[in-house]
Amino acid sequence: MSLARAIETGDLAELPSRRDEDWRWTDLRGLIRELPEASPVAEGALSVAPFAALDAEEFAIVNGRGPYVITVANDAGPRVVALRIIAAANAQAHVASVHVVVGVGGRLTLLESYEGDASEYLANTELTISLRNGAQLERIILADDAASGVSVSIANIRSMGPGASFAQTVLTTGARRQRLETHVTHPGAGASVRLDGVYLLADQRHADITTVVTHTGTDGTTSQLTKGVVRDQARGVFQGRIVVSPGADKTDARMGHHALILSARAEVDAKPELLIYADDVACAHGNTVGALDEDALFYAEQRGIPEAEAKAMLTEAFVGEVVDRIDHEGARDVVRAWVAERLRGAA
Amino acid sequence: MLSIRNLHASIDGKSILNGLSLDLPDGEVHAIMGPNGAGKSTLSYVLTGRDGYEVTEGTATLNGEDLLALTPSERAARGVFLSFQYPIEIPGVPALTFLRTALNAQHKARGEPEVAAPAFLKLIREKAAALKIDFDMLRRALNVGFSGGEKKRMEILQMAVLTPKLAILDETDSGLDIDALRIVAEGVNAMRAPGRSMLVITHYQRLLDHIRPDRVHVLAGGRIVASGGPELAHELEREGYDKYAAVPA
Repeated sequence: MSLARAIETGDLAELPSRRDEDWRWTDLRGLIRELPEASPVAEGALSVAPFAALDAEEFAIVNGRGPYVITVANDAGPRVVALRIIAAANAQAHVASVHVVVGVGGRLTLLESYEGDASEYLANTELTISLRNGAQLERIILADDAASGVSVSIANIRSMGPGASFAQTVLTTGARRQRLETHVTHPGAGASVRLDGVYLLADQRHADITTVVTHTGTDGTTSQLTKGVVRDQARGVFQGRIVVSPGADKTDARMGHHALILSARAEVDAKPELLIYADDVACAHGNTVGALDEDALFYAEQRGIPEAEAKAMLTEAFVGEVVDRIDHEGARDVVRAWVAERLRGAA
Repeated sequence: MLSIRNLHASIDGKSILNGLSLDLPDGEVHAIMGPNGAGKSTLSYVLTGRDGYEVTEGTATLNGEDLLALTPSERAARGVFLSFQYPIEIPGVPALTFLRTALNAQHKARGEPEVAAPAFLKLIREKAAALKIDFDMLRRALNVGFSGGEKKRMEILQMAVLTPKLAILDETDSGLDIDALRIVAEGVNAMRAPGRSMLVITHYQRLLDHIRPDRVHVLAGGRIVASGGPELAHELEREGYDKYAAVPA
């Protein structure tokens, strides 16, 4: 059961609903009353890419399809690929699939963007990612879907070799309903995983960041930090699950989720879960949801910074902790500007 | 400069200031002393416009302008500065960024040109050196992990950069050892000027050995119950606040 299956079969019963525990806060069956026809193959000029300032190989997928394959050869020098996933058909539906393979010792920075250049679309994207021994992948995702769009992206990091590293930072402004889901099968074995997220939601937008990391071997690390800022009637969802399987000793896993609620009618639903079936592990999680610090706000205003600007400055600083964890310097700068523009635009 | 008339203020319906009147002329430094709970911090928050403090009666004007009608940032742009008793930590915002944002926000509100980065850095280097603040500290998030003394010096640095007309120093001596106290007091004294008035709020007389006030006022029960010259501070140090606590509000 998935949005992809529903689009492919035209069967509404395939849509996940609130009765599915993992989808209870992101109900699609209650939202989608009929499945639109398939999006056409798109033509015409593309809008400016969010990562256009960086020197990256560009790979654009308009209105779905695939599977497309991005391969980095064994021991290849560092590559930077901009993967643009664009919805350009009004009130139509499409499915895209992408395979990413990073060879032994290879390095890839994947600059992924979700660009809603249409309205009322249904879009589903599936990525499968394989990282061979010692491979490094940093995935940075900017999701700018349309307010009326429905978008689901599911990434499966199915195979990770010993010593590989997978780092991800997803940043989103949400959609009518949007889910960004990541599954990692963690081999332990000196491999490391970082899964970060930022959601900045206004109006009636919805974003759901869901992650599942399953540690299957000894000596693995996972570090997660997600922060959200919601206002108006927006709704943020964070579901983070870390499973430490029997025998996955010496796992070190940390998960943090912190959200600011800036309006009385905004909502955040969070479900951090640690399921630990091994001994000798170091695991921790922290979860906070609250308002902007009134003391800090007054302090900034007392120094002459008007209220709206002070709020933007403090929320930017709050989110900045996640942005600072991005390794790729150029991408970090792009992301910082992206965040600032959205927070200041909202203020 | 500052004129307060019959000021009444309350928090959560509880009356804290009960008819406070005070005149602070241009260029003068006045001390406000009083026992705990007298309303000293409330006075500083009412003058700076903090949420939750309700003015029920009276006026406060700065050079004839109604302060109470302005937002906190508007008051700051008019020249009102509060050195906080407990300076707030601002995670993620370097002190340099914070201070430049504040300075330029004030300039913008007053219709003055923005201060460019090189001029700002020159200014802040000079002021920080005078207060023995290591420049590297200014690259760190404001007040985060700073010691009590460092936080108080940062307050005075901010005052030196923002050059207010009315500076309110709320318990600036609390938590300072004698060396830090001297550095902070020198920083404050260096800013005494004909166009700048200061309200020094303190529980103890020791700060006033370093920052010599023109006048001393005793605040008790939410009102000024006695005023005098600097000798009044010494009298309070010897005799305590007991006799003022007996004055009915």
